[in-house]
Amino acid sequence: MSEKQTLMGMNGDESVAYATKQVNPDVVAAYPITPQTIIVEKLSEYVADGEVDYEYVAVESEHSALSNCVGASAAGARAFTATAANGLALMWEITFIASGLRLPIVMAIVNRSLGGPINIHNDHSDSMGARDSGWIQIHCENSQEVYDASITAWRMAEHPDVLLPIMVCLDGFTLSHTMENVLTLPDKVVSDFVGEREFITVKGHMGETELRLNPDVPLTFGPVDLQDYYFEHKLHQIDAMKQALKVIPEVDAEYAKISGRSYDLLHPYRMEDAEVAVLGLGSTMGTVKYTVDQLRDEGVKAGLVKMRVFRPFPSSDLVDALKDIPAVGVLDKSLSLGAPGGPLFEETMATLYHLPKKPLIANYIHGLGGRDTGPQLIRGVFESLLEIKDKGEIGDPMNYVGARP
Amino acid sequence: MSELNLKQASRKPEGLAAGHRLCAGCGHSIVVRMILKATRGPTIATSATGCLEVATSIMPYSSWNIPWIHNAFENAAATASGIESAWQAQRKRGKGPLAKYETLDVIAFAGDGGTYDIGLQALSGALERGHDFTYVLLDNEAYMNTGIQRSGGTPFAAATTTSPAGSVIPGKKEWKKPIDDIVIAHGIPYVATLNPAWPMDVMRKSRTAFEVEGPAFLHAFIGCPRGWRYPMEKTISLSRLATQTCLFPLYECTLEEGRPVYKLSGPSAAIARRPASKKPVEEYLVSQGRFRHLFRPEKRDDLIDSIQAWVDQKWEILLEKAGV
Repeated sequence: MSEKQTLMGMNGDESVAYATKQVNPDVVAAYPITPQTIIVEKLSEYVADGEVDYEYVAVESEHSALSNCVGASAAGARAFTATAANGLALMWEITFIASGLRLPIVMAIVNRSLGGPINIHNDHSDSMGARDSGWIQIHCENSQEVYDASITAWRMAEHPDVLLPIMVCLDGFTLSHTMENVLTLPDKVVSDFVGEREFITVKGHMGETELRLNPDVPLTFGPVDLQDYYFEHKLHQIDAMKQALKVIPEVDAEYAKISGRSYDLLHPYRMEDAEVAVLGLGSTMGTVKYTVDQLRDEGVKAGLVKMRVFRPFPSSDLVDALKDIPAVGVLDKSLSLGAPGGPLFEETMATLYHLPKKPLIANYIHGLGGRDTGPQLIRGVFESLLEIKDKGEIGDPMNYVGARP
Repeated sequence: MSELNLKQASRKPEGLAAGHRLCAGCGHSIVVRMILKATRGPTIATSATGCLEVATSIMPYSSWNIPWIHNAFENAAATASGIESAWQAQRKRGKGPLAKYETLDVIAFAGDGGTYDIGLQALSGALERGHDFTYVLLDNEAYMNTGIQRSGGTPFAAATTTSPAGSVIPGKKEWKKPIDDIVIAHGIPYVATLNPAWPMDVMRKSRTAFEVEGPAFLHAFIGCPRGWRYPMEKTISLSRLATQTCLFPLYECTLEEGRPVYKLSGPSAAIARRPASKKPVEEYLVSQGRFRHLFRPEKRDDLIDSIQAWVDQKWEILLEKAGV
């Protein structure tokens, strides 16, 4: 049975901040960058008004923000940070260290295009650039999802079978600065749900201890790890990602009991008998739903698969969702310059390649630098997919929708 | 300062165990062991990437008998500030694994590369924010871990692999960056210089650094037989010479009513009292291969004199600051 909830008007950034306030981690270390700034402003206000008792560390760069979180998290604290675009790029080195040291840090990424040329608006070039860094990535469609993921992320990251950091990704401005209705849980319900951080026990060189910087039973974190051990440690991270595919739905199911809101790795929408379908991430999925509904009213068998969890990549669910669809369009809001396609397209292709019968798959790059992707453009994607389905072939799989030729 | 004597220190278990792979004669382990003898109790340390880090933590071995973390090169101060923030938050709340510790000595060890150069921003940020931690600059005056490349801490005229002594340019063209002045300008409560030739001074200053509220900065002179080209058994005598020539004066700087107050430590105070006891820098320079081109094939008195003049001026300025 779900708990009594309060309807609040909040934008995406405020939803991150409010959820984080309710979680009340030990340490928040962050550096301002558009369009993440509302998060750090709110988290600072809560401190100034005495509403929280976490340590707010106003660091001098994003590099230090994540470095601070690494120190705090290794010392046994819950550590939170938030950034966007070039801020994430500056953190890049430490993203690999945070995951390699198995530190369950939670970081909000307010997705913004990565300069240059400099641009403050939304696309996914920032978090896609960090897709190999060993972080779980949850992509949100709306502020409700942002709020919910900012709570559940802690349980997913800290699960003893996972111990990986998490990025909660929300589209800059489209979500971060747009007021929406958000149902919020009471503080006590959130704090009971997240509980206290738990630690696994390990055998260190000075005895058995919880996995943290423990002054009573010292451990060495981040040693030099050469040819003889590094590879196996990477295999451990691979295993943790596999475990996360099981743990994330478990945590979501538990959260559904208190919130009444169910989440999954993938969210198929009107896919039962779909002949053409779009796969994508983030806030654009709301627009796609709207268009799918319109097309369905017109008799077109259109559907949508929204990928909520991009890392770990939900391959098996994706196969189930797409294997019988004649034509699939993958929406990518980022580029991999010089590559055969966008990141989501390439990974979808790789996932479906081994199927004996597979969909025709085209890639639609859209929304770069915040270019609006409205219903008309999505309709165009479906029209293109219908043509592919009828012809039975793709031609050039790369399409740049909404861009001037 | 709470009581600290050699007897106590000798009985205290080593924070950095033997068996590490630092070079014979390396100043790092000597100084780090002394510093860790002065901790008050619960301690967590972090090291920047560098000689100390790679030589003490080669998986599956560790020399660290204290909890220790290596994060990256440029962020020792930021990592330490995170450890300190974790402790502050948990102590304030009375819950969490660090809540029970009344004191926690948080130490960041970094080399000259990780301090003068790539880590300066993170250091400045952490000092400005006032975290209660001790930053130890282990200054061996070049990037020794990667093979003796020049840093902002490399002295003038020293030959390194990226400031080689060539037929046209005689080693490093720039003077050593005034890191202590930069740190002191942040208005932190305690800054001191350390030299392993005076172990009790190292330990006393370290204990003071741990005890002050807020950031403390310890600048340690770290001899490097490999990078400086001198025999490994000479580390302590060469270190002593660095202070006796006033190239590396020993002092403390505290903050009193917003003003930095400088106090010369034993050996440097003795030179201030008896200026005639100050040794010429040539004696220091001639004993190291990195300055060999100042003496061979022909003696470069012009460069040696300019180094002497630079040292004299810095020493005079320090004497003025110390009110001597």
